Formats: sequence, structure tokens, C-alpha cells
Amino acid sequence: MLHLPARRAASTRRRFVTGLAGLGASALLPDAFHGNAGALIPAAGAETRAASPYAIPERSAAHYDLTIDTRPWTVGSRTGQAFTVNGCAPAPTLRWREGDDMVITVHNRLHEPSSIHWHGLRLPANMDGVPGLSYAGIPARGSFTYRFPVRQSGTYWYHSHSAMQEAQGLAGALVIDPARPDPDPCERDYVMVLSDWSDVDPHDIVSNLKQQDDYYNFRQRSVVSLFHEARSHGLHDALASRLRWSRMRMSATDISDVSGVIYSYLINGQTPDGNWTGLFDRGDRIRLRVINASAMTLFDFRIPGLRFSIVSADGNEVEPVPVDEFRIAPAETYDLIVSPTELRAYTIFIQSEDRTGHARGTLAPRPGMTAPVPPMDPRPVRSMIDMGMGMNMGRGDKAAPQHAAHRGHTGMANMAGMADMAGMADMAGMAGMHGADDGAPPVEGRVKPVPAPVVVDPGPPPRNVENQNIARHPIDRLDDPGDGLEHNGRRVLTYAMLRALKPGPDRRPPSREIVLHLTGNMMRYIWGFNGKKFSEAPAVRLRLNERVRITLINDTMMEHPIHLHGFWSELENGQGDLRPNKHTVLSQPGSRLSYLVTADTPGMWAMHCHLIYHMHLGMFRTVVVS
Amino acid sequence: MSARFLSRAALLRALLALSPALGEMVALSPVSAAPRTVALPSGTASPATGNPASMKNDDGPTYIDGVKPVMDQGIWVHGLLNQFEGRLDGANSSFRWDGEAWAGGDYNRLWLRSEGTITKGRMDDGDQELLYSRSISTYFDVQSGIRVDLDSGPTRTWAAFGLQGLALYQFEFQATGYVSDRGRFASRFEGSYDILITNRLILQPQVELNLYSKADKPRGSGAGLSDIDTGLRLRYEIWRKFAPYIAVTYDGYLEQARHFARERGDTAGALRLTFGIRSWF
Repeated sequence: MLHLPARRAASTRRRFVTGLAGLGASALLPDAFHGNAGALIPAAGAETRAASPYAIPERSAAHYDLTIDTRPWTVGSRTGQAFTVNGCAPAPTLRWREGDDMVITVHNRLHEPSSIHWHGLRLPANMDGVPGLSYAGIPARGSFTYRFPVRQSGTYWYHSHSAMQEAQGLAGALVIDPARPDPDPCERDYVMVLSDWSDVDPHDIVSNLKQQDDYYNFRQRSVVSLFHEARSHGLHDALASRLRWSRMRMSATDISDVSGVIYSYLINGQTPDGNWTGLFDRGDRIRLRVINASAMTLFDFRIPGLRFSIVSADGNEVEPVPVDEFRIAPAETYDLIVSPTELRAYTIFIQSEDRTGHARGTLAPRPGMTAPVPPMDPRPVRSMIDMGMGMNMGRGDKAAPQHAAHRGHTGMANMAGMADMAGMADMAGMAGMHGADDGAPPVEGRVKPVPAPVVVDPGPPPRNVENQNIARHPIDRLDDPGDGLEHNGRRVLTYAMLRALKPGPDRRPPSREIVLHLTGNMMRYIWGFNGKKFSEAPAVRLRLNERVRITLINDTMMEHPIHLHGFWSELENGQGDLRPNKHTVLSQPGSRLSYLVTADTPGMWAMHCHLIYHMHLGMFRTVVVS
Repeated sequence: MSARFLSRAALLRALLALSPALGEMVALSPVSAAPRTVALPSGTASPATGNPASMKNDDGPTYIDGVKPVMDQGIWVHGLLNQFEGRLDGANSSFRWDGEAWAGGDYNRLWLRSEGTITKGRMDDGDQELLYSRSISTYFDVQSGIRVDLDSGPTRTWAAFGLQGLALYQFEFQATGYVSDRGRFASRFEGSYDILITNRLILQPQVELNLYSKADKPRGSGAGLSDIDTGLRLRYEIWRKFAPYIAVTYDGYLEQARHFARERGDTAGALRLTFGIRSWF
């Protein structure tokens, strides 16, 4: 169990005070936290209690009263409107226990409908919290009581699924204790809710993007930057690259649609200056539960000077992977364990993918300590690989996903131990060629050949109003750390490194493979699957208990974290049967990946990109299981 | 004022009121979904090649209380004042504007365009258009509607049909053909290109050409290529929506229209130093 030692409780109180300075708003203290066994109390509470709403509560609770409201929130010098849960934005950390029957009443004090979705939880469809699919939403001034059993453990989160409220703070951490307590818990256990906060209303942001897709991008190639590029790549190459992108009417510097120009990147609601701090003593192991609750930002997380182990992804334990850095997409969660080697401060440095800003925290033996903050890495530039034109050495369209599933035997497993990431991209290409050349997928010794699943593939989407690009040669990028993280001299996590502790319960091969192309038109700012936005597309229909493979082909030049509600996405990442279970799968630009799903719960479910403006502008599907 | 997200129903009503033909086009679009079901244009069902029994994808689920989980059919309203400038040349100085506004969704939009030049209290080149626009490809829209030449000269009315979009190499491009109430033809071509000196300092060459099938002497337009309005504007985007600029502009009559101008004693063309503001909401 995750007991709070007394020394930590005291320090957490101190940290909370620091946090208030960073927020510049005393208004965000929790009103009260009914039903939570008194673990979270107003700031006036005793020093011995953990007063931060983001500290993991001392004990789990099965009954909650949550109240959604709105308050102004000042970050830096700018004040915006935040949506709060029990007075807090981000929403407070909840602690549950596997095996409990939850009863959670949510009161909506807003003048608009709201909702709470329990992200990553396997529960009945009518408890999933998606307006229109699970229920009608929680009406203005109304309430709703969720009742469901908890049958899993790990780090999850919860957020509104209404009117982009989650982009304004209505999101919080959810920590579920395992039914059998961890026999060797870490001495320290912290939640880190990462978010991107702006005082600009999400509806204005999306409206601006509709008129001008590069509205928030002030890092584009220019005449001035041409000189720098020419110096490093030669004038001819620099010009040729520009002409190529210009001819395609796309931008190589299109990394994030919304940038640090308006976003502050926060850890548990605190700015880099607020410096969220996790305390430790000599010899402590620290578990950090990192949750990307941002609306639009992929974060690259590292602790300069410390290597750490990824021990859990999306709430599910994995074989520990030692890394220096990892990318976390919106809606993903990773647990890591770090053991500081020296009794000093370490900076937690979390850059946005487009390098327009960063979140920053500190691990330190005492509050108030700081360590140097490193400079930001160079911003990534998109390449032809991101356009889906990368596979010159193989025939991407033949690289069947079956092959990807068994790729562990083509040498990738060995590579997991390599400290240096250089050359991984090339190796991925090699692996791809194997499959293409073999024709038939390689068969593992103990797995009998299985009948190929029926493939539901619409083929490459047309280029039309809603689709700008076709990835002609999508490649396997599971062992690619992502744009901007290649060859940086650090060991960076890739999806190929994630290995579950035990095989999933459903050993059946998929009977169907559903191919979904991720598509969009950046210029018109329309997003969708298979060249169609949500409102024009039929639902994806699955039979109850059907085992399916979902293949994602990313035809856009941006990453899309695809979240399937209600079911595990068993990522076919070359680890054989030890597929990691994820709820949100990041599809890299120009890539192809697949995962298996057992549709064991009936109802209407959502499947969507978790970049909130992509979701709301069409990259969303209803999945009907019946 | 910031951009608005309007009620779809309100705009639909407005669109429908404007023109029955337009209403029909809107009704064909997915915007007109019945409130309790998902919009599914018939004949565009997923091309499922798999098990047909389980992939009857042509009927959508019924959403609870008709609530849509996302709002990808939003109606948006924006306006852009591309030119709002003083062209300086002593007594021949002019004030000019060229702007546009649109309202609508991803496929169907209503456009307003307005331009005009005021010199010594007289307004020229007053071109006002109301267009329905339909997205037809990744980068292009077709537009049709009416144009009214509304300024100090005689008023003319035209039917308009055009194409607008982003051409190769990211050129903004507009070509519009017109038929007047007197059976004459005209066309207009506009193009511009943004050269980023830095991410806020932007140099924009821009040109507009007008052609007419027949001369219209009272309005000063000649047969063939009649006039040109071109400029090289250097703007600084203090914020995306607000950019002052300095420019060199040239506007002049060409060919037959040039003779008309000389007969009237007007200058045939003027190259002028120009200051202005580009802004949008």
C-alpha cells in the first residue's frame, strides 16, 4: 500500500504553499473533499496531513462527492476561466482500490452540461461518462451517480468529455491500489499531472485554427532561418527541402497546432517557476506517476543526471525498462521508479514536443532546492518519413501487421538492451524488409499457423476536402522514439521496449482486422478517420466478445494518440504474447501499427484522437459492441 | 472581437432564408442531420470488404438524447481586412480597403467581399460581392453569387462564379468570372504570396487584374485587360490578428482603359508609398 510516511506529509504541506505562490491564486484551495476519509482537507488542516490535492490520499475511498464548478485561474500575469473539481484545477487526485464497488456522485454547478470520463477504466458502457454514448451527460445544475466495480489497478486519470472542458483544467489523477498490496512499495510515491494551460478559451483557439492553421506556430522556416539551414545543410539542400514542402502546400515545422505562445506547461498546476518539488531521503526509491492531461501537447520527460525505470504504462505493469527519457502523449500514463544517487536537487525537465516551452519540477532532499534547468533541445523538423514516404528500401504496403506481431524474432528484442539509440531507425527498416520479402509471416514455434483474419480495409483514403496526404509507404515506427528524439545521445523509450509481465487472458487470434487511416486537412483544420470526420462516418461495429485487430495507418504528418474507450488496446509491438495493454496508443506520422482488442463489454464506446481539437473537429468514431 | 462559435441552427436558418437554391445545397450537406441521429450521407458507407453481416455500416447508432459527443459541424465566422491603407501621393492620395468575411462550416460558407478606393472624395473600384462557397478539394473552393459595382460611378450588377484556394507552392489564388445584367463578361484574377522574413515580419507580393469583354466607358473600364492593382507589402504581425504594414503599391489602367483615363484627364497609373493595417477577427 501507498502509506505516507509522516515526514513526507509535512513536506507536502510545505510544497503546497510553494505551489500557491506559483499559481498566484489562493482561490484554488479545495472547498472540502467529502467522503475521502479525510485524506484531503482544506489548507487550514493539520500539518501532519497531506494538504495538496495532488498528493496521493492516505487511504483509498469507494464513495466520493465531486462538485464541478468554475473559477478564474491566474497563471503568470494572465487570468483565464478554469473548470474545477471540488475547487481544484487540475482536479484532485483520487485513490481507489481494486475490488471496491465505487459510488461517485458528481454535482454539476456549471451553467452548461458536463461529464466525467474515467480514462482507461474497464467498466459498463453507461458508466464511461461520454455524453451521447454512455449517457446524456450531467445537466447544468444537475448531478449523476456513477456506480461500478473496480477490476484493475494502476495509474489512470479522469476528465470531462464535454465541450472541451478538460482543456480548462477539468482533469485529475486516479490511483488505484492493487487488491493485493505491493509487497515492496517505493518510499516515495508522487503523482505528476502534466497540463497545458492557456487563458484563451478553447473555442477561440479552435476558431483561430480554423481561419489560420499556423496561428500558434511562430517557429516556421523563414528567410532568416534559411541562412542557418544553408550553413548546416548547404544552400542547395536547404532550398530543395523548402521547395518540396512548399509544393506539397505543407510545413515541415508543423509540430504542434497550439504552442508555448499561449500555453504554460504545468506539473500539478504549477508553472516552471512554481517548481513542483518531490522530496526524497537518502536511499529512497521514488515512484513518479506521470499523467499527460494536456489538451494538445506531447511532452518529453527526463531528469538530467538520473536514469530511471519505466515500470508501468497506461496503468499496466511492464518489465522495467531503464531509460533517460520518454515521450508521453496526451492521455497516456507512465509510472517510473527513480533512485537518486546523490543527496542533491535534480531537475525534472519536461519539454513540449515543439520545444516552445517546458514544464519543470525538482526532486530534492529539502523544499526550496533547485538544480540547473537545461536548455531546450532543437525543435524537430518533419521529414519525408512523416509524410509516409520513408520506406524506400521496402514495400510498406506489404509489411503485414502479422509480421509486426512477431517481430520480436527478427532481432528487435536484442536491441532493447542497446544504450545508444543511433541506428534504430535503420534497423526498423531492415525488419520491415524481412517481412516484405518473406511474404508469409514468420511463425513462432509454439504458435500454430492461424487463419488470416478477414481484413476490413478501405484502402488509402482519397485526397479530398478532408484529407491532405496519403502515406504511400507507411512504416513501422514502434522502435522510433519519435520526431525530435532521435540520436540525441540519450536512451529514449520506444513502444517496442514495452513488455507486459504476463500474457493477456485472451489467446484467440483476431477474426477480423479493421484498418483505420488517420487523416486530416491541416489547412482547413478538419480531422477524421479514413478521410471522413465523425459526423459523416458510420460507427465501427464489433460483435460482443469478438477478437479484432485494429491497424492504424497515419496519413497525416502529425502524431495522434488514439484512445479506445472500454477495452484494452494490446499493442503488437514485437514482444510476442507479452503485448503491453494500453488505453491510448500514439500513432507516429507516416507509420503503421496494430493492436488487438477483445470486445467483451456491450454498448456504445468512443474511439478518438486525444488531441482535443482533433477530436472535436472529427477524429472520433463511435464503436458499437453488440 | 474574438471569433464566435454560433449556434448551427441559427446560421442554418439564416442560410435557408437567403436563397432556396442555397438552402437545398445546405440540406444536401451533413449539416442538416436530424437531431436524434448521426448524419450519414447515403451511399458513402464504409467500403467494408469484410464480413458483411457484422459491418452493416450504413446505419448509425442513435445517440442518447440526441447529444453528439463532438462538435465537428461547427459554424464559424471570420472577417479579414486584408488592405486598409493610405496610398500617399500628395493631392492624389487615396484610401483603399479590401476585405472579406465568411460564415459557415467545412463545406458550405457564405462570403462577403468588399473593396473600394476613395480619392479626392470620389469612390472607385467599389466591388461588393455576396457569394456562396463550396469546398471541392483539399485546397480549393468554388464560389457563386452576385457582385455589385457600388461606388461613385454607375452601378453594375453581375452574376459571379469563381474558384479560390491555395495553389502549388502555397500561392493564394482567386479567379472569378462574371456575367452582367447587360450580357457582358468580365473576369478577375487575384494572387498573393507570403514570404516570411521572420515569423512575424512578412513580405507579401500581391496582384489583382480585371478583364472585361466590352468597354464600359462611364465606369472607366476598357475591353480586354482593363486595370491592375498590385502591391508589395511588408507587414509586422504584432499579433496574428493585427499587423501594420508599409508598402509600395501600383494601380493603373491598361490598354483601352488607359486611353479612357487620359481622355478624362486622370492619371493612367500611380506608384505610391503606402501605409496600412491588416487585421482579422
